[in-house]
Amino acid sequence: MNAFVQHFSFEFRTGVRNKNLLLLNYLFPLGFYLMMGFVMVEINPLFQKDLIPAMVVFAILAATLLGIPDPLVTARENGIFRSYKINGVPAFSILLIPALTTILHLVIVTAIIVVSAPLLFDAPLPIDWASFVVTFVALAIACSGIAILIGVISASSRVTVLYSQLVFLPSMLLGGLMIPYSMLPTAAAQAAQLLPATHAMNAMRGLVMGGSADFNVWISIAVLALSGVIAYGLALYLFSWDRHNAARRAHPALALLVLVPYFVGIILTLS
Amino acid sequence: MTEPIIAVQSFTKTYGDFVAVEDISFTVQHGEIFGLLGPNGAGKTSTLETLEGLREPNGGSLSVAGVDPTSEPHKLGSVIGVQLQSSGLPETITPDEAMKLFCAYHTVEPRFDLLERLGLQEKRNTQYVELSTGQQRRLSLALAVAHKPPVLFLDEPTAGLDVPSRVELHSMMRELQSNGTTTILATHDMAEAEELSDRVAILLNGRIVSTGTPMDITATGAGLTKVSVRVENSTLDDPQLRFPAVSQQTFKEEYHIYFTTDVGPTVSAIIQHIEAHQDKLIDLRVQRPSLEDRFLELTKVGGDQ
Repeated sequence: MNAFVQHFSFEFRTGVRNKNLLLLNYLFPLGFYLMMGFVMVEINPLFQKDLIPAMVVFAILAATLLGIPDPLVTARENGIFRSYKINGVPAFSILLIPALTTILHLVIVTAIIVVSAPLLFDAPLPIDWASFVVTFVALAIACSGIAILIGVISASSRVTVLYSQLVFLPSMLLGGLMIPYSMLPTAAAQAAQLLPATHAMNAMRGLVMGGSADFNVWISIAVLALSGVIAYGLALYLFSWDRHNAARRAHPALALLVLVPYFVGIILTLS
Repeated sequence: MTEPIIAVQSFTKTYGDFVAVEDISFTVQHGEIFGLLGPNGAGKTSTLETLEGLREPNGGSLSVAGVDPTSEPHKLGSVIGVQLQSSGLPETITPDEAMKLFCAYHTVEPRFDLLERLGLQEKRNTQYVELSTGQQRRLSLALAVAHKPPVLFLDEPTAGLDVPSRVELHSMMRELQSNGTTTILATHDMAEAEELSDRVAILLNGRIVSTGTPMDITATGAGLTKVSVRVENSTLDDPQLRFPAVSQQTFKEEYHIYFTTDVGPTVSAIIQHIEAHQDKLIDLRVQRPSLEDRFLELTKVGGDQ
């Protein structure tokens, strides 16, 4: 227990000490939130209602997908995993603790957004706080799971950026943060259901903010939670201590299994 | 003879078609400092990493303090300490945090006294990336020995260290040895290996080409012992003068220098000659072939093959 606390404490401090992580955990999400609050609400007053959910989802996407994978790859390449292995640090701590500390940073960022948005931008607060917490946790698990999976399967930092952007950029464009899901063409809407952001925004609108959901919100919550659990399991299974990431239990393509809940979600929403 | 603390039997390690280590065997006794020497690519790192549980062998058996590194890697952490050649620590961690973290995983109290002893007292709250190479290596050593492991693996421990740090590290290694710690020392520094090691093994192209005490190994080579003599008068100036077992001789900076294959008869004859001619001996130095000389000899032979 003491080891877990020490490790958690160190990783949490790293989230602020490391300039890149500070940027991705705090400066980027909060800067983007302020920009969207001052600019987007002026351009599109309807966005005011989405400001808190959209910016919380954005913060989770940025901190997890952009912030978690690269430090994992760098640590592996620098032999830090080997050092950890020799000193008895288990693989699940190496994977779980950075994800948990990132989620703790996100709780702080979310609190800042939730407290300041009504004051600065007259944004409405969630009407169902329990659902807000459930959606936040489900999205955080889903995105951090995908993020550590990317970190585990990536051969190098350059590949990590590519994989992360493969999820992050479509999430920004199709995930319902900027353009509502209902305005997307049918094919794009179905493709959007492969993204955690789409399910999170659907649950935020339908459950948390008391608006109308585009499809079943409980399917969205289930898809997020299930994909997160699968991603963590796959990351642990595919984890390699080797600094060249050569010795692994299975082919990295196995990571695509994380998409299964999203495909099941599409089938369920169609039926 | 007691049971060896490290036993390597017919160990082979391959990477695809490349054979890094081929059928090597050696044992290390309790409390020994065992030097593992060899040029780059000789198989030192593969051997060390397999003993440390970081790689799996392709053949043979290994045992470290009664633990099989391949089948019982979870037991290995408590019996070994490893100072890795590469950094092995996150850039933002401080020596204090690293000590607390690693000791917590080893379930022992943090050994801040080691940081002080290794000259890191003032750097306890400095991030790892801001430490000098020498400070990083000293921290790595402090972490390796903090849980008092019976077996210590040191990979190039003094690389990048200044002279006082190097002396302190050597002193610490001897102290650990006197407390019963067994050390495997992989190094390119032959003087260090010769000074510290009880026994060494020289690896070349994945095989052990020589093993024994540094003295045994140097004695088996074709290297010549250098005898340097300075006398008051000109007793030794005659170029026709010959002493037993001397194969070459020269004169440099007032010293007559003889290279001999058998130092005893040579020195004895030189002294007799000086006394017989009523000259006065001012200085006499005997310089045996060093481990480095023998190492170069062995690696040259191996490289030529």
